[in-house]
Amino acid sequence: MADQHTLLPVLEARSITRTFAALKANEDVSIDLKQGEIHAVIGPNGAGKSTLIQQICGTLAPDSGEVFLAGENITPLKAHQRARRGLARTFQVSALAMEDTVLENAVLGALGAQSGAGVSVMGMFSSALGNRALRDAAMEALLRVGLRDKAQVRTAQLSHGERRQLELAVALTLKPKAFVMDEPMAGLGASGSKAMTEFLDRLRREAPILLVEHDMDAVFALADRISVLVYGRIIATGTVDEIRADAGVREAYLGEDA
Amino acid sequence: MSGAVTNIRSGARREWVINLVLLAGLGLVPLWAWFADAPFTITLATRAAILALAGTGLNIALGMGGLVSFGHAVFFGIGGYAMGILASHAQNYDPLVQWPVVIEGTQFMPVIWIVAILAGAVAALVIGALSLRTSGVYFIMITLAFGQMFYYFAISWPAYGGEDGLAIYVRNGFPGLNTLDPIQYFALCFAVLLVVLFFNARLIRSPFGLALNAARQSTQRVEAVGMDPFRLRLAAFVLSGAITALAGALFADLNRFASPAMFSWQLSGEIMVFVILGGVARLCGPLAGAVVFVMLEHFLGGLSEYWHIFLGLLLLLVVLLAKGGLIGLLSGRGAAHG
Repeated sequence: MADQHTLLPVLEARSITRTFAALKANEDVSIDLKQGEIHAVIGPNGAGKSTLIQQICGTLAPDSGEVFLAGENITPLKAHQRARRGLARTFQVSALAMEDTVLENAVLGALGAQSGAGVSVMGMFSSALGNRALRDAAMEALLRVGLRDKAQVRTAQLSHGERRQLELAVALTLKPKAFVMDEPMAGLGASGSKAMTEFLDRLRREAPILLVEHDMDAVFALADRISVLVYGRIIATGTVDEIRADAGVREAYLGEDA
Repeated sequence: MSGAVTNIRSGARREWVINLVLLAGLGLVPLWAWFADAPFTITLATRAAILALAGTGLNIALGMGGLVSFGHAVFFGIGGYAMGILASHAQNYDPLVQWPVVIEGTQFMPVIWIVAILAGAVAALVIGALSLRTSGVYFIMITLAFGQMFYYFAISWPAYGGEDGLAIYVRNGFPGLNTLDPIQYFALCFAVLLVVLFFNARLIRSPFGLALNAARQSTQRVEAVGMDPFRLRLAAFVLSGAITALAGALFADLNRFASPAMFSWQLSGEIMVFVILGGVARLCGPLAGAVVFVMLEHFLGGLSEYWHIFLGLLLLLVVLLAKGGLIGLLSGRGAAHG
């Protein structure tokens, strides 16, 4: 059983290719995510990291290639169907309901996750915030990211760092099989970055994380494996030490500061 | 932070007070008019209540869903013609359908309302399923195009009056009421409005309301939590169309007349204008807007046939100075949403 877990990737992209006009954003990209790990994707701007995330999460269809979640081919599924199957995504630029309160955003996540189990997204007569199960799940997630005290605050009034925390809290309410995170450290200060790093370090035990990140300190501290994406191709995959030592990577990406 | 939270709460409380005052006002003015024997005032209030209902329908799409439908007159007209067609068949003792089963027309309001609601919902389902594939300006244009289609269809349908519209001799009946008595018909329309507003208030707080409201703010957000934004918007559009169709049936009954003008783009525009005037996404925004609209139409319309200029000016002022419409202005909650 344990062997199977280690053998079968939770999330896997096979030979993903996507072309925009003459530009190959992704070419034959294969990447997998195993139980319990953080797999970081690094690469210079324009390397195709965002395109890769979009194709994995279903907001952009690949020209060719397939995506598997827990062994199921999810390539034909739309973004919301993939989310429902257990793929939780956090966005580079916070995508939150800014006019709603922090609690409402978290309840939305709980509603998405628990829909069918007693509540329906199409429910028009019951109260969303009055639903005990939804509220509890939302508050639990807010507590975990440290936003419990801000539950009643309008999301637009949160600081940048707090919005990242809320993004994470909403993803937590989904109780996903895998996380896909697009630069969760972006814009966080040094202390915020450190706290997020510690949080993700523990989170990997709940579900593995595909982490796209620019903050190299965080990547080297967290990643079990690193894949380096340059000009739409993965030029290397390996442990932190292997990537640090890889001559091609140093030349192409890490440059003089590694 | 806590100050901001308190502001949200006190603003919400003030809005509730304003809503209650508005509703009480709309309920009491006709009562006064009844004692003062001023039936025309009662008719004006009835008109305001019905338009408020139509606007409440639009507000579900526009306010909660962020769907700028420029074709809501379609549903208003469908409700009107549902009434007109059913009632005219009934008064002529001419069955609506002869084969395979005989379906008679009816002058029984509850049945007319159900038919209007269902017809509006089906039309909204079809129109929504096609137009919600687009967004922004394209959505506005497609809904407008559907409106024009229905308008010209109504004009060129001689069986039901064509350009002349469809008149009925007596107002349709409701059990226990004399609907020809202005105050009784007002009470009926007012009650329907209250029921729909109550439903709308629940809807805003419901899981569906939360999800729809989030979909308006961020499509990606609702997708990321496993919800289909298209389905949410389509359901909102159907609900919206059904309510506006019910308003159309009541409106046609008020005038005892269904005309192609009920389908016109001008009417779509007017409904949108008074909803924005009153306050988009506010529970009683459409009501506030409809009341002001009917008053302007009555008082200024008597002075000049160009009274829309004043409506335009007022709209301009409200949009520029008070983003939350009249309700937002009065409750001190500036932002149009929330």
